[in-house]
Amino acid sequence: MAISTDTLKEERKATWRDELRKKLKNKERLLIPRVKMPEVDPNERIKYQDLEVNTGLSCEQAVKEASRCMDCANPTCIEGCPVSINIPKFIKHIENENFLEAASVLKETNSLPAVCGRVCPQEKQCESRCFYLEKLGKAPVAIGYLERFAADYEQNSGNMRVPEVAPSNHIKVAAIGSGPASLSWAGDMAKRGYDVTVFEALHEIGGVLKYGIPEFRLPNKVVDKELKVLEKMGVKFVTNFIVGRTESFEDLQAQGFQAFFVGSGAGLPRFMNIPGENYNGILSSNEYLTRVNLMGAYDNSFDTPVLKGKNVAVIGGGNTAMDSVRTAKRLGAERAMIIYRRSMEEMPARVEEVKHAQEEGIEFINLANPLEYFANEHGRVNRMRVQRMELGEPDASGRRRPVVIEGDEFELDVDLVIVAIGVSPNPLIPSSVHDLKVSNWGTINVNDRMQSSKLELFAGGDIVRGGATVILAMGDGRQAANSMHQYLQKK
Amino acid sequence: MNKILEKEFLSENVVKLVVEAPLIARSRKPGNFIILRVDPKGERIPLTIATADAIKGTISIIAQVVGVSSAKLSKLEVGDEILDLVGPLGKPTEVKKVGTILFCGGGVGVAPMLPIVEAFKKAGNRVITVLAARTKELIILENEMRKWSDEVIIMTDDGSYGNKGLVTQGAEEVIKREKVDECITIGPAIMMKFMSLLTKKYNIPTQASLNAIMVDGTGMCGACRVTVDGQTRFTCVDGPEFNADNIDFDELLMRLGGYQEEERAAYESYLKGN
Repeated sequence: MAISTDTLKEERKATWRDELRKKLKNKERLLIPRVKMPEVDPNERIKYQDLEVNTGLSCEQAVKEASRCMDCANPTCIEGCPVSINIPKFIKHIENENFLEAASVLKETNSLPAVCGRVCPQEKQCESRCFYLEKLGKAPVAIGYLERFAADYEQNSGNMRVPEVAPSNHIKVAAIGSGPASLSWAGDMAKRGYDVTVFEALHEIGGVLKYGIPEFRLPNKVVDKELKVLEKMGVKFVTNFIVGRTESFEDLQAQGFQAFFVGSGAGLPRFMNIPGENYNGILSSNEYLTRVNLMGAYDNSFDTPVLKGKNVAVIGGGNTAMDSVRTAKRLGAERAMIIYRRSMEEMPARVEEVKHAQEEGIEFINLANPLEYFANEHGRVNRMRVQRMELGEPDASGRRRPVVIEGDEFELDVDLVIVAIGVSPNPLIPSSVHDLKVSNWGTINVNDRMQSSKLELFAGGDIVRGGATVILAMGDGRQAANSMHQYLQKK
Repeated sequence: MNKILEKEFLSENVVKLVVEAPLIARSRKPGNFIILRVDPKGERIPLTIATADAIKGTISIIAQVVGVSSAKLSKLEVGDEILDLVGPLGKPTEVKKVGTILFCGGGVGVAPMLPIVEAFKKAGNRVITVLAARTKELIILENEMRKWSDEVIIMTDDGSYGNKGLVTQGAEEVIKREKVDECITIGPAIMMKFMSLLTKKYNIPTQASLNAIMVDGTGMCGACRVTVDGQTRFTCVDGPEFNADNIDFDELLMRLGGYQEEERAAYESYLKGN
């Protein structure tokens, strides 16, 4: 899967790369400060749900940032990427002002670079392994910004290259769910010449990219352009189709589908099961974001309503919590609050989302955990009781465990509460396949090749991991495509 | 796709549509429902399946006009296509031979009850059906119900048709008259609440099929959560049928009003615009 070290070395020897390295001395490269992402002013951007916060690098900024990259002989950044993007190669193409070539390199291993450039936690992945950070303790090369730059450049050039597709082998394969895991799988299978169909239960393709991540962070039109490329590669999309319900696995097998990839995601939202949690005005982040993002509830010309609040509490500290609280702010909340049981340091959200939230005036009430909700005579939540916490010893996740401070409680006035404490796997697929091995948590058990106990069924993303990131799901999709290909070739 | 083949108003505000949906017509079971969306700005609305014809590849759905989305649906004509239609959703009814089964339906709740009545009759049960509505015009599917019931009792609030009185009065007469082994009730939440109180008194196991607020219908949003036996369950994937004795109907009634203000305002502005 990953590019071999030999290939990387060979490519690095190419004349153009050699010349680029000589163009600037490493000392000079080191002096260039890391680029700052241009963004819309916080006071302006909180007025619009559909105004993207980050506006993207200019060509000059991108070339300059790309020239910081040393083109290391041993590029550890690639090891930090779940889909093994050939990072130095694409960055050097940018430095060389071959932006479309840079985009092509991204597309070799990543079906959705414009998405990943926006939503990946680069600080925990490629950028955490950058030479600048690892060896010099300096700010890493802005690999994420550059990825977005190259992908956007191609999208806006009107010259989207369609990756090369092998001649059709007429073998039908299907994905269940159309989120990042399935899309990544679909791209890789189409490249290998398979007849690929992606089934989606909702009316839109894209899964969490459409219903979950808000427009101000990932515009739908960016996703749609990436989907167009997959379509041009021959991938067929079927919406409003629930595998196991609309038609069974057996029906699909009878129609010639030889293998399946389950990327159905982590469906069920978790609640805390505390008193008053079913009052009106308390909803899951899935419901809140789906109403706003997928159903367009932020725009009055759409029929789907969404509850608005003056005092909005969002429970949780992940990306979904940040997306929800920033959405609440944009929909007019006077106080938009994060209530998180650990402290800022343990917060799982991307660093950039937390920064943006702070700039937008989001209040962070950390080391706090909801205990109970109260409602008015119509059953609408109006108040909550909260427990103060402190940090104890580290737990299994390595983060310090939140511990109750006995007797230290407080109350907050709230009229909207969004619960964003994670999701459980959707039972629809596991319950409609006989003999499929699942964990106690309801996730599908797979081996290291992403193959389940039903050999023709592979799985990846949240239905396997229980709750992860877009890019890990995409890595699973690639791995599953690779394994499925081997499996079908041997069959 | 999803082309409307027949349209009929069963009463002023209740419309029946026969829709081309071959896959759902084949795979649906009694108790299942669908979700549809009329246009690109429309809501996803859950609706029950009244009848299905696997050979013709059609299903019929019955909707009451209560707001913007149902009004838009009722404006579609024969030949139009419904933009999105997905299903079948929800757990199917567990159909078995129990002996004598009492069905109590109110309003458009009678529509999803029809395939369940048919299935229980075919499973060899004695089927007694009580249909209730405010007034004569709102009694629907009477002939279809007669086909699959040993007896049909009609109740209207105003006495304009059948017996005057509530569904519970009709049901209690049957329970007092003969041994009823099981009851299934579908209708407005308030009606099902009182049905549940009645049958609890006589120790008759009762299933109620709930109509909750939903967005996706596949377990993703949790809008349809309901407390059953002290536990939060999702109507879309754990239901729509639950043991009526254990349902927290008061919470359900409260939750059904969760978007009332928004819905009323939207409907008023829709009516003004038309």
